[in-house]
Amino acid sequence: MDERQQVETQPHAQVHHRAHYPWLAMLLSVLFAGLGQLYNRSYIKGIILIVIELAFIVTSADFIGLGLWGIATLGTIPKLDHSIFLLVYGILSLIMLAIAAMIYIINIRDAKRQAEQIQNGWQRPPLKEAAKQAYMNSFPYLLSVPGFILLIFVVIFPLLFAISLAFTNYDLYHSPPRNLVDWVGFDNFINLVTVPIWNQSFLKVLSWTLVWTIVSTTLQIGLGLFLAILVNDKRIKFKRLIRTILILPWAIPNFVTIMIFSALFNDQFGAVNRTLLGWLNIDPLPWLTDPLYTKIALIGIQVWLGFPFLFALFTGVLQSISHDSYEAADVDGGTRWQKFRYITLPHVLFATAPLLIIQYTANFNNFNIIYLFNGGGPAVRGQTAGGTDILISWVYKLTFTTNNYNMAAAISLLIGVIVIVFAFIQFRRTKSFKEERDQ
Amino acid sequence: MMNLRLKSKLEVATIYGIIAVVSIIIFYPLAWALGLSFNSGTSLYSSSIIPKEPTLEHYRWLFTSPESNYVTWYKNTLIVSTVSSILSICFTSMTAYALSRFQFVGRKGGMYAFLLLQMFPVMMAMVALYIFLNLIGLLNTLIGLIMIYVGGQIPFNAWLVKGYLDTISRELDDAAKIDGAGPIRLFVQILLPLITPILAIVALTNFMLPVFDFILPSIILHDKSKYTLAVGLYNFVTEKYSSNFTVFTAGAILIAVPIAAIYLFLQKYFISGLAAGGTKG
Repeated sequence: MDERQQVETQPHAQVHHRAHYPWLAMLLSVLFAGLGQLYNRSYIKGIILIVIELAFIVTSADFIGLGLWGIATLGTIPKLDHSIFLLVYGILSLIMLAIAAMIYIINIRDAKRQAEQIQNGWQRPPLKEAAKQAYMNSFPYLLSVPGFILLIFVVIFPLLFAISLAFTNYDLYHSPPRNLVDWVGFDNFINLVTVPIWNQSFLKVLSWTLVWTIVSTTLQIGLGLFLAILVNDKRIKFKRLIRTILILPWAIPNFVTIMIFSALFNDQFGAVNRTLLGWLNIDPLPWLTDPLYTKIALIGIQVWLGFPFLFALFTGVLQSISHDSYEAADVDGGTRWQKFRYITLPHVLFATAPLLIIQYTANFNNFNIIYLFNGGGPAVRGQTAGGTDILISWVYKLTFTTNNYNMAAAISLLIGVIVIVFAFIQFRRTKSFKEERDQ
Repeated sequence: MMNLRLKSKLEVATIYGIIAVVSIIIFYPLAWALGLSFNSGTSLYSSSIIPKEPTLEHYRWLFTSPESNYVTWYKNTLIVSTVSSILSICFTSMTAYALSRFQFVGRKGGMYAFLLLQMFPVMMAMVALYIFLNLIGLLNTLIGLIMIYVGGQIPFNAWLVKGYLDTISRELDDAAKIDGAGPIRLFVQILLPLITPILAIVALTNFMLPVFDFILPSIILHDKSKYTLAVGLYNFVTEKYSSNFTVFTAGAILIAVPIAAIYLFLQKYFISGLAAGGTKG
């Protein structure tokens, strides 16, 4: 209506203000990427989009067809169809489709937006100006595309693959190319909690994982904080030297120290049994053959390995607390405990909360210490999990020793969900994330 | 008054006492390994912290014996560490720059995705990575390993660097733009020098990761000549526990000393950077 009036009253502007319909631009772009842009007279952009879509169709139609068929059926003829490769193709196809869909939607939105601008009498800037603007608009994408592509292949694709495996029966008896793998829905998860050989191991491993995470992490945080406060006392001299010594375990690669500890705790020749307990007149203890003693040793070693980092972190934070608050507390006659409880602790926890959460999640998945110290052992008869296996090392064994890929994937999916829920709730409460959301 | 001073002295003595005990617990295993590496022979029974006849035979074995792959492992580790640390800086700083300074479709979604992705344990993806590297022929190669290290660190470190970039005032950007600087020049000449502290941390952590990591190389690398130090030494020890352990300690000392030196030298920057990234990022 408006448009026509304008055209009637301003006949000389007719060339520029000809009727232009956003819905038509959108429709054209839905039909084939770039058509809407041609209609908008963005010829270069339109041609580029058309070429991209043509290239995509020509080069990947076959692959995507195979992939989609593959992921739906996982193959139909044993020995000929390789289920796992088909699954891989399927996931890659889905990723490609998702990216294509994203570009397509951007294309449609762009056509509509530009058509609206033209309708409102927008003047096309000269080519040079337009090119500069296009460059600026696409710059952030150019920056993130290399990282994004790498991320797709080494993080996103593997995760999707692992998640898919959790819903298949891929194990030693269903392993291509000899046999086909099938989708089994939630069977693996149901088996995990109902079939005796699985649920016994699962409950045992899960409970030890939780005990391990909570006890070892809390102890290392507690010890780190305790020592940081002690060394921070102004009456203590040689602070630099003391701090360097206390940080030492953090500075040594932990696979080295864990293997040294493994030898130290060796039942026969280890120095712990031969020397230390010898001094105290205690009989040798079965450090590596009794699960309970192995657990105690593991927690002790983890505290040894883990407290120095926290000690250093807390030391930094303690130095940043201003003396004023303590002096004010002194004036009010506050006790040492009150000063710790109401000034030091809140300050320290507030400043380090996200890093403390990371400590818990890191220990939850601390594969190195469990595997390198005693291989998750001692072994338990009739079970795939050893006496000190945590979820992550159990997954490793299921994958690479007994080839229960499906169960390994199901358990790792559970691990992922647990860790994410836990971490996400905590992260949301931290300040940094709130700031980001307010932006 | 006397009483208070005595109490204070007792307290200080207790604190020193605690520190002394902790120091002994820290040093004992290290001293034991160090002593072992200088002991002659391979027997762990007859060994002692202070060797009766100190010898360098284990160290010599590492470098001269034809059976030893130690130098190769060391070289492999240095290659993986150096390359992945350099590439990590490039990928991470570019991504962080985009996230921090530009508004674009997918920015918010990307950041949430990063936050989620960094929480998944790498273990979850092991089988997939194995199959994927096998598919593209990079299994059992250092390039494959580097690729995974570089890609895997992006979500976490992009957040870290983005948090740091956010603290740098945008007035600088505006001033540079008025002077006619394009986005590339703004980044390379103005922002990059300002974020070197956090990039140093990214570089260091990514240099150290391949040295420390055991699980990924143990899955990806199969030939003795391709091993990194962690996998190489672990397999070396578990192969023949009793006869190889003394040699292992010598090899371990030669890893631990340079790395501990770097860590102790850089600890101050490391901690302050982490604290800043953790609370701001």
